[in-house]
Amino acid sequence: MDKYQNTSSLRHQRMLDSLFRGVTRFFAFLVLALLVGILLSLLVGAMPSIRHFGFGFFTSTAWDPVAADFGAVVAIYGTLATATIALLIGVPVSFGIALFLTELCPVWLKRPLGIAIELLAGIPSIIYGMWGLFVFAPKFGDHVQPWLLEHLGDIPGVGFLFQGAPMGIGIFTAGLILAIMVIPFIASVMRDVFEIVPPMLKESAYGLGATTWEVVRNVVLPYTKTGVVGGIMLGLGRALGETMAVTFVIGNSSNFAIGLFEPGNSIASTLANEFAEASGELYLASLIELGLILFFITFVVLACSKLLLLRLKKQEGLQH
Amino acid sequence: MNNAIYRRRRMVNAFNMGASMMTMAFGLFWLAWILWTLFEMGLSGISLDVFTKITPPPGSEGGLANAIYGSVLMTFFGTLIGTPIGILAGVYLAEFGSRGWLAPATRFINDILLSAPSIVIGLFIYEVYVVTVGHFSGWAGSFALSLLVIPVVVRTTENMLRLVPNSLREAAIALGAPQWKVILFVTLRSAKAGVLTGILLAVARISGETAPLLFTALNNQFMSLNMNQPMANLPIVIFQFAMSPYEDWHRLAWAGSLLITLSVLTLNILARWFGGRKNQSH
Amino acid sequence: MNPQNTKLQVKNLNFYYGNFHALKNINMEIEPKKVTAFIGPSGCGKSTLLRTFNRMFELYPGMRAEGEILMDGKNILDRDIDINLLRAKVGMVFQKPTPFPMSIHDNITFGVRLYEKLSRAEMDDRVEWALRKAALWDEVKDKLRQSGNSLSGGQQQRLCIARAVAAKPEVLLLDEPTSALDPISTAHIEELIHELKEDYTIAIVTHNMQQAARVSDFTAYMYLGEMIEFGETDSIFTTPKKKATEDYITGKFG
Repeated sequence: MDKYQNTSSLRHQRMLDSLFRGVTRFFAFLVLALLVGILLSLLVGAMPSIRHFGFGFFTSTAWDPVAADFGAVVAIYGTLATATIALLIGVPVSFGIALFLTELCPVWLKRPLGIAIELLAGIPSIIYGMWGLFVFAPKFGDHVQPWLLEHLGDIPGVGFLFQGAPMGIGIFTAGLILAIMVIPFIASVMRDVFEIVPPMLKESAYGLGATTWEVVRNVVLPYTKTGVVGGIMLGLGRALGETMAVTFVIGNSSNFAIGLFEPGNSIASTLANEFAEASGELYLASLIELGLILFFITFVVLACSKLLLLRLKKQEGLQH
Repeated sequence: MNNAIYRRRRMVNAFNMGASMMTMAFGLFWLAWILWTLFEMGLSGISLDVFTKITPPPGSEGGLANAIYGSVLMTFFGTLIGTPIGILAGVYLAEFGSRGWLAPATRFINDILLSAPSIVIGLFIYEVYVVTVGHFSGWAGSFALSLLVIPVVVRTTENMLRLVPNSLREAAIALGAPQWKVILFVTLRSAKAGVLTGILLAVARISGETAPLLFTALNNQFMSLNMNQPMANLPIVIFQFAMSPYEDWHRLAWAGSLLITLSVLTLNILARWFGGRKNQSH
Repeated sequence: MNPQNTKLQVKNLNFYYGNFHALKNINMEIEPKKVTAFIGPSGCGKSTLLRTFNRMFELYPGMRAEGEILMDGKNILDRDIDINLLRAKVGMVFQKPTPFPMSIHDNITFGVRLYEKLSRAEMDDRVEWALRKAALWDEVKDKLRQSGNSLSGGQQQRLCIARAVAAKPEVLLLDEPTSALDPISTAHIEELIHELKEDYTIAIVTHNMQQAARVSDFTAYMYLGEMIEFGETDSIFTTPKKKATEDYITGKFG
C-alpha cells in the first residue's frame, strides 16, 4: 500500500518522462533547424555577392577572379547539362535493371545482383572520379569521341552540342560518369516500387494473355508512376550535387561553351576547386552564392521526389 | 485470333526483355571494370610503408599513415557526435511523433538532408565554425561528417523502432514502467541490431566522403593528431595526389583508393549482414 | 468419354509447391457450358487446381504440375502450348477486384486489343456488349472515361468479369469472386454466373457452400489436395456418397 502512496517518487518519474520527451523533441527540432541554419548561413555568406551583382549573377558568363567579376551561367549550365546527360542515360538503364530484377531474374540470382547494384552505390564518388580521369577518359577520347564527333556533329538541330576536342574529359564525360553513379539509386527505388504492385493485379493482366512487357507497360508502370518519377527525381538530386566524380573529369574551365565535349565546370566542381584558395570578399561570396543556388535547386528537386513517393504510399494505403 | 498481331507482340516482348537483360549486364560491366582497375592499380601500391610513413613530397618515398589516422579520427568523432543526436531524434519521430507538426516536418526535412549535396554541408561548417575560430581543423571536419551521419541514423532508428511490436511496449507499460525507461530499456534495446546497422551505414557513407572535408579539415602534410589543426585525410590526399602530375603520387592515390573502397564496401556488407540477420529473426 | 461432353479433362494431375505435394492424383471432367464449383476447407488445393487451368502458377518459381489437362483434347500442360494464347482462351476473375490503373473503357479493351484489331466503332460495340454481359452497362455508360478505381467494390468486380468476357474466352475461371463483396453485390454476381453459362464453361472456387449449391451444376469437394467427391451438385448436396463430404456440407467439419 505504501508503495502506491509514495507520490514524490511518482512525481519524480513523471518529471523524468517529460524531460526525456523534451530532450528527444529538442533533437528532432535540431534536424529541422539544421536546414534553416544552412540556408541562413549561406544567405549571409553570399550577401556581398548578391548585393554587388544582383540578378545579373544569373545571366553573366564571366568568372574572373582577377577582375572580381563573377557570374553563375557557366557553373549552372555545367550542372544542368551533366545532370541531364546522366538522366538521359541513367533512367532507361535503371528501368531495365529494375524490370530485370522484379520480373525476369531467377530467384537465386536476385539477391546477389541486388547486392552488386548496391555495391555500385557504395563506391565512394572520388573513386569514380579517379577511374574516370585515368581509365575511362583516355579510352573514351581515343575510341568513342571521334566517332561521335564525326557522326553526330553535323546533325542539324543537335549537332552544335557535339562539338569540342576529343580529349576524353569534358561535360559529356562527366555526365556519363554521373549516369553510372545514379543508376543504382534510381534502379533500387524503381525495384522497390515495382514490388508493391499487388500480384493479383499482375495476374489479372497475365490472365488475359498479356506478355511480360505488356504487363509492365500497362499495369506496373501506370500503377507505380508517381514512385518511378520520385525515384528519377532522387537520382536527379544526387546528380546535381555530386562533387568529386565531376570535378575530376569535367575539365575545370570557366570559359562558357555550349559544346558537350568542351571542358566546363559545375557548381560543385567550381566550389571544390576554388573555395579553399579563394581570397577576396566578393570571390568568396560569389562561390557561396553558387552553393546557395545548388542547395536551393536540389532542395526543390528532392522535395518533389519525396512528395511523389509519399503520394504513392498513400495511394497504396487506400487500396488495402 | 489474329496471328500477325500476336507475332508482333511476341517480338516486342522478346526485344524488350532482351534489352532489360542488356541493361543489367551494362550495370555489372561498370562495376566489374571499376573494381578491376582499383585492384590492378591499387594492389601494386600497397606496402607496409603505406601504413607507417607519412605523405611524401613528390619524388621521394612515403606512405599514407597521417591520412589514414586523420580519416579514422575524424570518422570516429563524426560518428560519435552524430549518432546520439540521430538516435534521439529518431526516438522522437517513432515514439512521440504521432501528433503535431514537428514530426512530419522533421521526417520530410531529414529525408531531404539524406540526399543533399555534401559539399554544401562543408560550406555551412566553413561559415559557422571555420570562420568563427579562424582556421581549418580536424574538429571542423568531424562536425561536417557528423551532419552527414545524423540523417542516416535518424532514418534507420525510426524505421527500426517502428518494427518493434506494440505489444512489447504495452507489456512494459503494464508493469508500471515509466515511458523513458520503456523506450530506453525495452524498445531501443529490442531494435538494437537495426540501429547498429544504421550506424554502420552512416560510417560507410562518411568514410568515403571528400567534398565536406575540402574546406573544413583541409589537409596536412605532416602527422598531426591535434584536432584543432588542419588534418590530413585519405579522400583529400587522393584528390590532391591524383590531380598532380607525379607518377609516384598517383601510385599512392590508387593505393588509398583501394583502401577506402575496401573499407566502405566491407562496412556496407557488414551492415547488410546485421540487417539481414535481424530480418530473419522476425 | 464423349469429347462433346468435356471441355476440360484432368488426368492424373499432381501438383508440387517445392517439396509440398499440393494436389494428389486429380481426375475429373468439366462439361462445356456448365458451372463446376470447387469447395473444401482453406488449403485443400481448390484454388491451386483452378490456377493450373491457365497455368498461372508458372509465374512463380518452385511450382510444377505433372499429369495432363486436356482442353478440347489437347494437353494444355504441354510445353509446346503457347501460354499467352492459352490464357486468352481461359479468362480469370480473382478474389478481390483488380481494375487496372486506367479508365473503365481501357480496362475492357486491354484484353481485346491484345489479339484483335478492331475499328473504333467495333471496339465501342465490344465494350458495350461486354459491359451489358456483366450487367454493368447502365451504371457506367456515362463515365467510361473515368478510372476503374472510381467504382464501388461490387461494380469493380463486375468490371473485371466484363474485362474477361470481352476477350471472348471459352472458359471462365472464378476464384472466390464474391469473397470481398457485400451480400447485394454477391447476389448480382451469382445472377450473372447463371446468364454467363449460356455461352461459357465456368469453373468457380468458393468457400461458401450455399453459393456452390445455388450457382453450380457440378460440385467437387476437395480435402488436403485430394478430390474426395465429384458429381452433380444436386446429388452432392442431397445424397453425398462419402461420409467426409456429408460432414463438410452439413457443417460438422470445416
